[in-house]
Amino acid sequence: MPSMTEAVPLPWVLTLAGALFCVGLFGALSRRNTVGILLGIELMLNAVNINLVAFWRYLEPNVVAGQTFALFVITVAAAEAAVGLAMIIAIYRARQTVNADEVDSLRG
Amino acid sequence: MNTLITILFLIFAALILTSAIMTVTVKNIVHAALWLISSFFGVGALYLLMEAEFLGVAQVLIYVGAVSILILFAIMLTRDLEGSQNRQLTPRWWIALIVPAALFGLLIVPTVMTHDWRLPPPPPAGQPPAISGAQQIGTAFMREYFLPFEVAAILLTVAMIGAIVVAFEERERRRRVLTLAERVRLRQRQQQRQQPAPRPEPAATAVQTSEATGGET
Repeated sequence: MPSMTEAVPLPWVLTLAGALFCVGLFGALSRRNTVGILLGIELMLNAVNINLVAFWRYLEPNVVAGQTFALFVITVAAAEAAVGLAMIIAIYRARQTVNADEVDSLRG
Repeated sequence: MNTLITILFLIFAALILTSAIMTVTVKNIVHAALWLISSFFGVGALYLLMEAEFLGVAQVLIYVGAVSILILFAIMLTRDLEGSQNRQLTPRWWIALIVPAALFGLLIVPTVMTHDWRLPPPPPAGQPPAISGAQQIGTAFMREYFLPFEVAAILLTVAMIGAIVVAFEERERRRRVLTLAERVRLRQRQQQRQQPAPRPEPAATAVQTSEATGGET
């Protein structure tokens, strides 16, 4: 029975997750649209999950903790997306814009 | 067989990374959300390749099914009327490019490539490797992870209530749907208002007076 652990070395998977995290970080930092920032954050959370699952599969495949942690991350990401998008809708209703640099009432 | 898995991994990696890069660079935000869905699919396929089948299904259900629909609805409700021809990136986006590139090139790749990962020895041939699957996850959720499981449930409830409270539109501002009796009453009131015949003279004089005052000032 061939498995991923023999075919693909662990550093490849971790590099893929790191690259995905960096792309998501770039998206979260560079977008003006608040929804775009949220898309970047979702990409970063996915990269973290890839890391968790890879460590579970390569290092401790018989312990359930890695997958459980990834499931909790998915849960928190779903809650974060719901609250964040509700806030974006509320901001849009109050100010007719979703651009992060135009919502600057708290700027000192 | 191993080369097949390697090729599959490379295909999925390319799918994930190209979709992610398109997500952060494409101008139209709706297209960005669609590319994000493609990236989610790639990550789910990678989970399946890593034999985490429950997580793969959960990824497709939660991310592809729920979160992306939520994002698309938020985009629909907040579309900028100015269109997509205005700037999508912040003015100093090249700083935002330097930071992740430095993080990736100087920190992640050297660390990941040079660290000694002390992988466990492969299982002896003929014996299937002990991999925890969906059944073990379910048992763990009912036993040692019971408290975190309940806390996650409370978190989801609180997030749902919070989202409703934040996005709730107050009654005075909401466009109301009239009942049938209210609609009949409104129509009667409109007809009563139209009963006095439309008089064109006051309007014309009003225009003339406004012009006169405009000329004076």
